Amino acid sequence: MSNPKKIHVSTTVNGEPCEFLCEPGQVLSNALRNNLDMTGTKEGCSTGDCGACSVMLDGALVCSCLVLAAEAEGRTIETVEGVADGNALHPIQQKLLEHAALQCGICTPGIVVAAKSLLERHPDPSEEEVRYYLAGNLCRCTGYDKIIRAVLDAGTVMRGE
Amino acid sequence: MSINIQTDFKTVGTRPIRPDGPDKVTGRAKYGADLNLSGMLYGHIVRSPHAHAVIKSIDFSAALAMPGVVATMSAEDLPEPGDRILPGAEIEMKLKDISPIIMARGKVLFHSQAVAAVAATSESLAAEAAKRVVVEYEVLPHVLDVHAAMADDAPLVHDDVFTQGIDPAPTRPSNLSADFEMAKGDIEAGFAEADLVIERTYNVPMCHQGYIEPHACVARSDENGKIEIWCCTQGPFMVRNMTAEITGIDLGKIKVTASEIGGGFGGKTTVYVEPVATILACKSGRPVKIVMSRDEVFRASGPVSSAETQVKIGAKKDGTLTAIKTDILMDSGAFSSSPILPATMFAAACYRCDNMHSRGREVLTNKPKAWAYRAPGAPQSIMAVECAVNELAQGLGIDPIDFRLLNAVEEGDVPLFGVPFQSIGLKQSLEAAKNHPNYQAALEQNQGRGVAAAFWINAGLQSSATIHVAEDGSLNVLTGNPDIGGSRASMAMLAAEVLGIPVETVRPSVVDTDSVGYCDTTGGSRTTLATGSAVMKAAGMLREELKHRAAAIWNVDIKEVEWYDGMAVVHSGIGIDELRDELRAGTAGRNPEKVLTMAELAAQAGATGGPLTASASVHAHSAQPSFAVNICDVQVDRDTGKVDILRYTCVQDAGKAVHPAYVEGQMQGGAVQGIGWALNEEYLFNDQGVLENAGFLDYRIPVASDLPMIDTVIVEVPNPLHPFGVRGVGEVPICPPMPAVATAVNRAAGTQLYDLPLSPPKLLAAIEGAGADNEAA
Repeated sequence: MSNPKKIHVSTTVNGEPCEFLCEPGQVLSNALRNNLDMTGTKEGCSTGDCGACSVMLDGALVCSCLVLAAEAEGRTIETVEGVADGNALHPIQQKLLEHAALQCGICTPGIVVAAKSLLERHPDPSEEEVRYYLAGNLCRCTGYDKIIRAVLDAGTVMRGE
Repeated sequence: MSINIQTDFKTVGTRPIRPDGPDKVTGRAKYGADLNLSGMLYGHIVRSPHAHAVIKSIDFSAALAMPGVVATMSAEDLPEPGDRILPGAEIEMKLKDISPIIMARGKVLFHSQAVAAVAATSESLAAEAAKRVVVEYEVLPHVLDVHAAMADDAPLVHDDVFTQGIDPAPTRPSNLSADFEMAKGDIEAGFAEADLVIERTYNVPMCHQGYIEPHACVARSDENGKIEIWCCTQGPFMVRNMTAEITGIDLGKIKVTASEIGGGFGGKTTVYVEPVATILACKSGRPVKIVMSRDEVFRASGPVSSAETQVKIGAKKDGTLTAIKTDILMDSGAFSSSPILPATMFAAACYRCDNMHSRGREVLTNKPKAWAYRAPGAPQSIMAVECAVNELAQGLGIDPIDFRLLNAVEEGDVPLFGVPFQSIGLKQSLEAAKNHPNYQAALEQNQGRGVAAAFWINAGLQSSATIHVAEDGSLNVLTGNPDIGGSRASMAMLAAEVLGIPVETVRPSVVDTDSVGYCDTTGGSRTTLATGSAVMKAAGMLREELKHRAAAIWNVDIKEVEWYDGMAVVHSGIGIDELRDELRAGTAGRNPEKVLTMAELAAQAGATGGPLTASASVHAHSAQPSFAVNICDVQVDRDTGKVDILRYTCVQDAGKAVHPAYVEGQMQGGAVQGIGWALNEEYLFNDQGVLENAGFLDYRIPVASDLPMIDTVIVEVPNPLHPFGVRGVGEVPICPPMPAVATAVNRAAGTQLYDLPLSPPKLLAAIEGAGADNEAA
């Protein structure tokens, strides 16, 4: 096998400039986790089916396992590590805790990123809208009930009600 | 045995935020694949392209010629398993049934079985090197279907398996690895007494636990042969034991640290990659990481036995059950490991019936070795019995909950498995279901309702715990059971309850195998009960020690000292009841002559005997069964066969719910796994034994938009053997959903389809078939 040279990528992650070298075939989730040591982004399938690797790419919710790391060049990435404000949890994080809406917690980072994306676009979603928006984030532990309640409740907090 | 059960709690029954929660919502929590070490290599496993073949040769030369490929391994690097039995396992496990899953020895018995492995300096290089390992096979005929596997001329999966349970023992090897019966009363007399008999066959497919986190580990070795393993597992002590047995490395040289675990449901109660990484680490002298892909998880971990269950069940006109007969046929894949025993024992454990007969057969096929999934075996056989009970009740014109109330087991009844029930909560759960508003909700056209009840045994087993008191009186609670659904919260709450201190002052940790006493695996719904009992025992020892320390400070006899509300108090000059009243009223003040807090006792520990610490272990024989009742309402789309869950209600006897929110979470999560198994989930193999849906796109687990809210009712009938009344709660939730859903769908669609999953095409065909039957009639 020829050993292709690595690609230099300059990007922005959670508001901070960052650079890394990636293999041509390496996906963004892998680069975040293994090149940048940001393991909050999880990998459950590497085929875009489970949503554990959800990140925001230029404001769009994506599965980072379906994005090539090289595509991050010049883009803006937001990961779960950037959701809290220092040690102050985001309302979604706080409500997930209060509602006991996680068991094993492996899907939680993806849920946090996806739910934040939803509430920023649609501050007052219905239960059905939350369910469809999060349909790409698999959770095997909770049956989703408490997650949906937590997201609806976080929406209330974010709207200042 | 009877004990006093506490009913007045300060912490137990509340809903504090779990101590590990902030790490999990911020992404800081470290799971199996999240550890990287300097100098680390990446392992990649070579897997069989055949369902059954002889391995003639393995040639690593082309792989090793690649720069950056450092080590390789195969079964040659593992000791011969011989007839060795794994020590310490509760259920007898033969090493020769486990070692070949790590690396095939001589033959491959299912597609994607591990054959060899390589370690290289990058993931991509390791994957490329694995492709260059040349394995020569001689393909053998394979068998995939359980009935075909039982034919006289079927290809043998093993030539040294003889059917267990048959007397006299057979002389010819067979794929029928077990065939046994359990009975009580006179089954035929029971059917003769019946006014209505239902007889039907039910099929539950092979499925997967579907944990979102693939198996992952990092192993490293040092110059002295010491091995350290980091991995996602339900049991670090199990990993230590099995890795030692499989690799031949002394157990005492292995330390296992369990990472956070991204789901397991029974699937992480064994090893797949840990021994491989260990051998590669030993051979290379470098840390080695292996992370299974989702594809590998589906193809080569332990899926869940399918079951074909025949049920014959009879009752009198008044609803009294007279006979229950079950015959269960389970596919165990390539090695004997199915849960046929619990499936056979517990199929009808909810019912008092004098005449019962249950037969269990386990069959070996060229498929992945079956492994545990939440209440192993019970969902498959309970599906069959509960559907039959619903049909029987309907045939007799009796409400299905009333029918169950009439026949439900209660204290003193002896089930088929022979251990009389103590205080149990089945009838209370049935009453709660009957009184739930969802049971009265009106149903419209194309809607249907199904009810099911279920039993699970729950495990006790061995656990240890250590508690250290910090200088400020706060606590570290150490156990060895990975926290799969919030158990650290319950460990902290149990310690806080026993000591009467705020739960926020307790820091629970799951520590490595060098840092706490032995703990059996997290499983069997045992952690809150058994590991919690070790925590409670250690906390109780600590409470006694704290009283002694207070007595020393006060220079009074220990009998003068009481422990109350997190404080030592002394009787002197005042009765304890009076003192308690003062303390409750807050009028006792802070008189150190009378009262010493945890913090004060901790601060003076050096002067009273040294640091405050306690360790305890248990072999818990206090586990008691759980019962659950589910009500499911569905709507069927007659044009597409799609099923929508309209309402779902879970009722469960939790004994005492330590953290009710996490008990509800177990109920909801188990219900949804059962809904998925009923409606969508199944393993689809082609005729070559290759899994055709090895990904979450084609193996479809329920997603948020498939479901309504899952309503829960926690019933609390205390476990008479536990000081707080705790029962296990994690497994029984998956037992009732399949029959509740299947009954609801058949009622809504006017069908009698009992071949799960009730997927849209299958249901549509059944609806059309039922329509044609009606027209013909």
